[in-house]
Amino acid sequence: MQEDTGPNVTVAAPLRSFAQRFAFVLLLGASISLLMVGRTDPKIFEQARMVLIDSTAPVLDGLSRPVATVSAAVENIRELAHLRQENTALKAENARLLQWQHAARTLLAENDQLRTLMNFSSDVAVKSVTARVIGDSSGPFIRSLLVNAGIGEGVQRGHAAVTGDGLLGRVASTGERSSRILLISDLNSRIPVLVERSRARAVLAGDNTRRPRLTFVSANAEVEIGSRIVTSGHGGMFPTGLAIGTVTEIGDAGIRIEPFASPDRLEYVRLVDFGLDGIIGEKHTPITQRFGDPQ
Amino acid sequence: MKTAVWQNLDIAARKFTPFLLTLVLVIVNLIPLHLPGYAVISPDLALMAVYYWALHRPSLLPAVAVFVIGLLQDFLSGGPIGLSAGTLILVFAIAVSQARFFYGKSFLVVWWGFMMVSLGMAIIEWSAASIFYSTLIAPDPAIFECAMNIAAYPILGWLFVQVHRALPPEE
Repeated sequence: MQEDTGPNVTVAAPLRSFAQRFAFVLLLGASISLLMVGRTDPKIFEQARMVLIDSTAPVLDGLSRPVATVSAAVENIRELAHLRQENTALKAENARLLQWQHAARTLLAENDQLRTLMNFSSDVAVKSVTARVIGDSSGPFIRSLLVNAGIGEGVQRGHAAVTGDGLLGRVASTGERSSRILLISDLNSRIPVLVERSRARAVLAGDNTRRPRLTFVSANAEVEIGSRIVTSGHGGMFPTGLAIGTVTEIGDAGIRIEPFASPDRLEYVRLVDFGLDGIIGEKHTPITQRFGDPQ
Repeated sequence: MKTAVWQNLDIAARKFTPFLLTLVLVIVNLIPLHLPGYAVISPDLALMAVYYWALHRPSLLPAVAVFVIGLLQDFLSGGPIGLSAGTLILVFAIAVSQARFFYGKSFLVVWWGFMMVSLGMAIIEWSAASIFYSTLIAPDPAIFECAMNIAAYPILGWLFVQVHRALPPEE
């Protein structure tokens, strides 16, 4: 592959070269200044970001549809090959789940009775919006998704993004018709959690790897491989008990969680409003309350 | 008379092609492909475009245009504002200053140059992001992305050559 036209040889002309060098230095300086401004106030570019994302959302929406269709078709063919195997597995699972259903019904009835006895007031009503994933802006330094629902659909910062499997992340910023979801694996994600069985408290910290880390676990907490991790409800960001994942690794590198919800192959997410304003709700907290600080 | 106007318009449109094409690539980069793990290490298409045009026709993709492209990428991706803009400007500066060396060289040499640039950029970007978030970010995704960049360059390079052929010659 030989290139047909050469570089502009007049570039070497002294005057042009000086102007060019000046432009480089100026633009590089501008980039570094922007980085520093963004470092001191992470929220400062949020508005501009959402305006830009909003204006590209229709294009992304249009472009992502055919891609999703093709990928769904490929997935269909792949599934066809494993149909028999899957059927057997599902039958076994169904039998197991029927037992669980029985257990759940008994517990539900018991729970209801106990609640009546205690005059327990139930949680607030939950509202949710289903949105299509139109952009995957994940990269080496960020884990986030763009979806096609925004303020117009009632989505707000801090709403939980869930799939059928579990918690995926939360709404980090909203535009008129699109939002950005910060995944739980992102570097900036910190979620107060509980070990479901032992009720030990911890914080789930993303570090841009597939499997986020469990931090601030008390020394005598009972955590073992396979323990289910759920949201604790502390901080008022999420309600108690949203499923997140299971512990897959306990070692020198810390405790790691395999999330139930995977952002791969995801076409739709549910953005849920639990009616909690929490620490990132904009109604009660002034700008000084910084969220997304790594430490 | 009339044909001259259309000709001028046509030439103007072609001159904007590299810039518009790179903007489109930034958006295309965001489309979810539904491949497991792909999004994290998806190749940086804008980087390839900037490298190509800086080597071959820097007059059609000037530094300011590169800066705008980098900013758009930063805004859309959700990363630190100024990170892509800064690294793309660096890549542009390096490529423009080495354009003479690469002039008339075979594709393999140009590809080797891209390898070096891509590697350097990965290191700088990773360090800058680590400083920005004041934590040591896991380096493997950055390394994989760099490898993907290098692997994808011949394909994108071929596309750029086709576009390049359709452009009006240098004045």
